[in-house]
Amino acid sequence: MSRVRIAQLSCGPEYSGVQNEIAKAAQSVDAEVFFPDITLKDIRSGFDLFGLDVRSPDLKLAIARARALVEGTIEADAVFIATCFRCAEAAIVRNELRRYIHENSRLPVVSYSFTERTTAGTLLTRMEALTTIARRRALLAREVQEGLTLGVDSGSSTTKAIVMQDDQIIGTGWLPTTGVLKSAEDVIDLALNEAGVAREQIQAVGTTGYGRFLVGEKIGADLIQEELTVNSKGAVYLADSQRGSSTVIDIGGMDNKAISVQDGIPGTFTMGGICAGASGRFLEMTAKRLGVDITELGPLAMKGMSTMVPMNSYCIVFGTQSLVNALAAGSSPEDVAAAACHSVAEQVFEQQLQEVDIKEPVIMVGGTSLIQGLVRAMGDLLQTEIVVPPHSQYIGAVGSALLSSGFIKDR
Amino acid sequence: MAKVFIYPTTSLILSDLVARFGHQPLSAALQIREKIQTPGLESPPLQITPEDPKKGLKYAAVEVPSGVRGRMSLYGPMIEEAQAAVIIHDADFSFGCMGCARTNELIQFLLRKREIPILDLRYPRTDEEGIEFVAAIRKFLQEIPGDGS
Repeated sequence: MSRVRIAQLSCGPEYSGVQNEIAKAAQSVDAEVFFPDITLKDIRSGFDLFGLDVRSPDLKLAIARARALVEGTIEADAVFIATCFRCAEAAIVRNELRRYIHENSRLPVVSYSFTERTTAGTLLTRMEALTTIARRRALLAREVQEGLTLGVDSGSSTTKAIVMQDDQIIGTGWLPTTGVLKSAEDVIDLALNEAGVAREQIQAVGTTGYGRFLVGEKIGADLIQEELTVNSKGAVYLADSQRGSSTVIDIGGMDNKAISVQDGIPGTFTMGGICAGASGRFLEMTAKRLGVDITELGPLAMKGMSTMVPMNSYCIVFGTQSLVNALAAGSSPEDVAAAACHSVAEQVFEQQLQEVDIKEPVIMVGGTSLIQGLVRAMGDLLQTEIVVPPHSQYIGAVGSALLSSGFIKDR
Repeated sequence: MAKVFIYPTTSLILSDLVARFGHQPLSAALQIREKIQTPGLESPPLQITPEDPKKGLKYAAVEVPSGVRGRMSLYGPMIEEAQAAVIIHDADFSFGCMGCARTNELIQFLLRKREIPILDLRYPRTDEEGIEFVAAIRKFLQEIPGDGS
């Protein structure tokens, strides 16, 4: 497939001055956004048949366009739904259209609520994921790792590397991200040493995460891929849930991802969008304030009761203030740790998980999935047993190593 | 000649009617044309930049969606200028259409706050209603202070 055609269903981006940013983000991943061309008659009938009686004509138009896409009268490779942040009417339409397209077509769809500050950079990963799903279905269908491959995940907080051979993980490397290239080189060395193989023996390499382009170019990666598709692939692979439906949640250091997956391929997803009070960074700060290592925060939280401490701030500064106040009022470190975990889980639940269809199994991945208190809190909110697969903290690196094995024969 | 705000502001028919009766229509075409002719801006299709929603803060607070504020940066100055207004309710899409219901509510509210002469009409559904519709607009425009003829 050459240029991916992304149908845009939206209300307000041109008046917010961000239409150009949407187009730029698409162009940067060799895709183009287009507005499905329909007649006035189509708008009336499409909107009436859908049955959601909204007032805004642009939302009626979006509904009619969605129907045209699902019915196949308009061809597209993917769908991007965008409406103004803070518009309740648009939020309802955005959510229902995403669900409607997901349930009635094979089109990958992502929804986003923008402000005038939205930039092409913010949208890049989402557009990249959309185009990957459209362009590389065959690659994403891979379920078995073959040969000897290396995967590197250059994340905002930590850098991870995995060496895999014949569908087994044989080497791991994990370090906090300092210099992007230096950290990547160091984790690669760690993983290669543990695996007992030399760099020259590696048959294919994949990179993901924020530093994927820089690291990928430096080490000559065969696959440089955003973390939404790579992580969902890695998650269902490690959780042995490659067929059927699943939901992947990755609460990261800088942003969170919630991905609804079908047969290992993301269908709908959300990414980021909320403040640092709902990120892994807040849990790091909590551990620091409690004087424990981040690895001890989970077990500590498991001993506490989150309901004993009021804490639910979106903002990392105010969240820390609640934490300090609770400790000053005599709350136990266990209860504070549990409350911090609950606070993060609750905000991800309220702000992000509403935008994807939660289907079991729910798989939590990334470094924060090792914090048991957070996993428990999320399980309580979703009323389900959360699956945390082995090596979940290496998810991006595993996904990269798995997918890059599809490039071996190309070398 | 009076400056007459028309709603829907995109209605070419309404704009033409106002002009025919000797008044100046305040319509989207006017604002959008001005935007498109501004050199150096590339944001399609209306050449609005992220600065425009900030200008819209004059009419709607920051908590109001950016699309509403961006629209108000176009229509707000027109409302301030208006000496009269013609508002057509439930208009057919083909007559003229404005995309955002919340903006539309705010526009109508701000027009009423101005306490200028306003004609409220339902969009006609039959030929008879159509004749009455044009007659009512003509009568209103002729009665506006100015030289409507």
